[in-house]
Amino acid sequence: MIYLDNCATTKPRKEVVDKMVEAMTIDFGNPSSLHRLGFHAEKKVKEAREIIADYLKVENKEIYFTSGGTESNNIAIQSIARKYSKKGKHIITSAIEHPSVLDVYKHLEDVGFSVTLLDVDENGYVDLDTLSKEIKEDTILVSIIHVNNEIGALQNIKGIKEIINKSVSKPLLHLDGIQSFGKVEFSLKALGVDTYSFSGHKVYGPKGIGGLYICKDLKLDPILYGGGQESGLRSGTENVPGIIGLGEAVKILSTNSRNEAQEAFKLKKYLVSKIIKEIENVKVNTSLDATSSPYILSLTFKGTRGEILLHYLEEKGIYVSTSSACSSNGTTKSHVLKSIGLSNDEIEGTIRICLSYEITKEDIDYTVEQLRIAVNDIRSIIGR
Amino acid sequence: MDKVISVSFGEIALKSGNRKYFEDKLIKQMRKAIADVGYEKIYKEMGKIYIEASEDYYPQIINRLRKVFGLVYISPCIRVEQDFEEIKKASIQAILERIEDSRIKTFKVETNRADKKFSMKSPEVSKEVGAVILKNIENLTVDVHKPDVFVYVDIRQNAYIYTEKIKGYGGLPIGTNGKGLLLLSGGIDSPVAGFMMARRGVEINAVHYHSYPFTSERAEEKVKDLAGILSRYIGTIKLFSVNIIEIQKQINKNCPKDEMTILSRRFMMRIAESIAKENNYQALITGENLGQVASQTIEGLNVTNSSVELPVFRPLIGFDKVDIVDIAKDIETYETSILPYDDCCTVFLPKHPVTKPRLDNIEESEKALDVDKLIEAALDNMKTYIIQ
Repeated sequence: MIYLDNCATTKPRKEVVDKMVEAMTIDFGNPSSLHRLGFHAEKKVKEAREIIADYLKVENKEIYFTSGGTESNNIAIQSIARKYSKKGKHIITSAIEHPSVLDVYKHLEDVGFSVTLLDVDENGYVDLDTLSKEIKEDTILVSIIHVNNEIGALQNIKGIKEIINKSVSKPLLHLDGIQSFGKVEFSLKALGVDTYSFSGHKVYGPKGIGGLYICKDLKLDPILYGGGQESGLRSGTENVPGIIGLGEAVKILSTNSRNEAQEAFKLKKYLVSKIIKEIENVKVNTSLDATSSPYILSLTFKGTRGEILLHYLEEKGIYVSTSSACSSNGTTKSHVLKSIGLSNDEIEGTIRICLSYEITKEDIDYTVEQLRIAVNDIRSIIGR
Repeated sequence: MDKVISVSFGEIALKSGNRKYFEDKLIKQMRKAIADVGYEKIYKEMGKIYIEASEDYYPQIINRLRKVFGLVYISPCIRVEQDFEEIKKASIQAILERIEDSRIKTFKVETNRADKKFSMKSPEVSKEVGAVILKNIENLTVDVHKPDVFVYVDIRQNAYIYTEKIKGYGGLPIGTNGKGLLLLSGGIDSPVAGFMMARRGVEINAVHYHSYPFTSERAEEKVKDLAGILSRYIGTIKLFSVNIIEIQKQINKNCPKDEMTILSRRFMMRIAESIAKENNYQALITGENLGQVASQTIEGLNVTNSSVELPVFRPLIGFDKVDIVDIAKDIETYETSILPYDDCCTVFLPKHPVTKPRLDNIEESEKALDVDKLIEAALDNMKTYIIQ
């Protein structure tokens, strides 16, 4: 099996699974319990928090555990909107956000906020001049997807922050970090990010666990109320096995992530050069330099359908993804690919390849060979 | 005085010669339908079937029985001995139970005396029971034309008193009218067609065509789900799943593009017939509906039909789409049918399909294909699922 859908989810590392089994069989206590079993669980949660804080070079108390990326984005955006609504009701985001961000803004628009969607260029980047014009006196938040999940564009956060700093209203900065966490290098403190969301299952950890960094100067109110866990921000008994699993995944990232990213970057460049050499009429939608994630590659094979390509490849044990389904009763096309200017036909012929540390050069060779066969076959059928 | 569920059956009561055969089939299917819910006894009494079960299970049992073909009415009733005092008491109780949760102001008593040995005649029973109800319950009057509630008194070996007639689907018990093979797609129509023929007593099995890798495996899963919903009415369904992508590729390559759909349909019919003959099914069933799409014109149906010898049942042929949708909603296949996974990829759909195909032209086009070999290859890769 060659798994190339690592933006959707990743296979948990063996060390992660082992730790989680231990957590469910031995350290199964409730961290809130007063007895020793509870105390043990509490300690494990504390350790995991430390690992993550160290990895992100922030303080322990700035890391909050949640159920994953969607919840982290929701807490950050909803809480900030609520808290600062007296100061202003204007929010700026990009046109290529994930639904767990875009749909929160749709909801906020319904309750009286105004939201500006920044267009992106053909590579998926927000234009800084436009941003600077759009920041108004009542702008309370700029929220940007750090690495886009469909095309891999890595936004210029440094540039964005500089513009924010120059503005009068100085809005807060939220980053949707689901695809950047553990995959690209950055410093939250140096960038001056206020909130940052991340997820466990995109970094070879378990599903159902994620986290939110909240800069300590910012005090946010919860959107869920209850037992007061996570300093009151996120009530509910801690997902201890999930937290321990995420901690273990990040512990490995601490030593491996730089090397893994470098290897992935090499493979990505190799993959693209090979595809361009062997398959005609390919459009590469992801840049091949440091302005995109080393792991993500969006490719358009003109005159094909992404979903059919996907099924051809899956028959050969290769798993990729598409962002549009082949369907006669109304295809929902990717808003991201539309935003970078792809035509409907191009969107239909687009697949996404997301690498992981496990992928080898041989895997890439086999994948390109199978891609070539599939693309030619599909083109001979559709082209008629 | 105790509670039972009574079941009346319509059409099969008319089949005097085979009545016992139909009744026994029906009881067998009722047993199967409610076996896992739990009941104590099913018995026949003078032309009706009765079920003894805990009252806690009534809603579930009634829900299951509604899906058994051949049943016309289902009624929870009070059972007493053939004793007029008991009958009166039971009638009062029956109507009291109904009044509790509704604004019932008027009633009418209807008596059916199946056991003619009972000393009082039906009108007499109705009159006296009515009088007793009026005397014992306040604010209630008789309305013989449009009563809010009927009190039915059914005098058989025992007497049964009830106020509700819950409608079943009627029809004939499954298996009393042979076996058929349904061409089941993921759409709205074909599950309804299967349901309608099953209601006429036909045991249904199904064949599904897909075009993987041009379609998703989820499309097949959706058809399995639809077969699963149908099996609530029909019982076990054998689902044959056939990949026709090679056939479509060959048609695409060798035949006029506007004939794609009609040629594919002829292949589907032929494959279905071959499966049917192999398994001794006596008819094919489709959800075709006159004029709904290009391949379902009268000319199109003629061309499709002439590819097979077995009779093809098209129970929806004269329906409007809205009527089909209503039935699909009622039998609970609609929600699944409208899920967006297609069994046929848009790649192969011609922009302008031929609407008035001529058999000689189509047969001419088929000469470019090795029809028998293509069918054989498709059947070789067929998968069979048992859906319960």
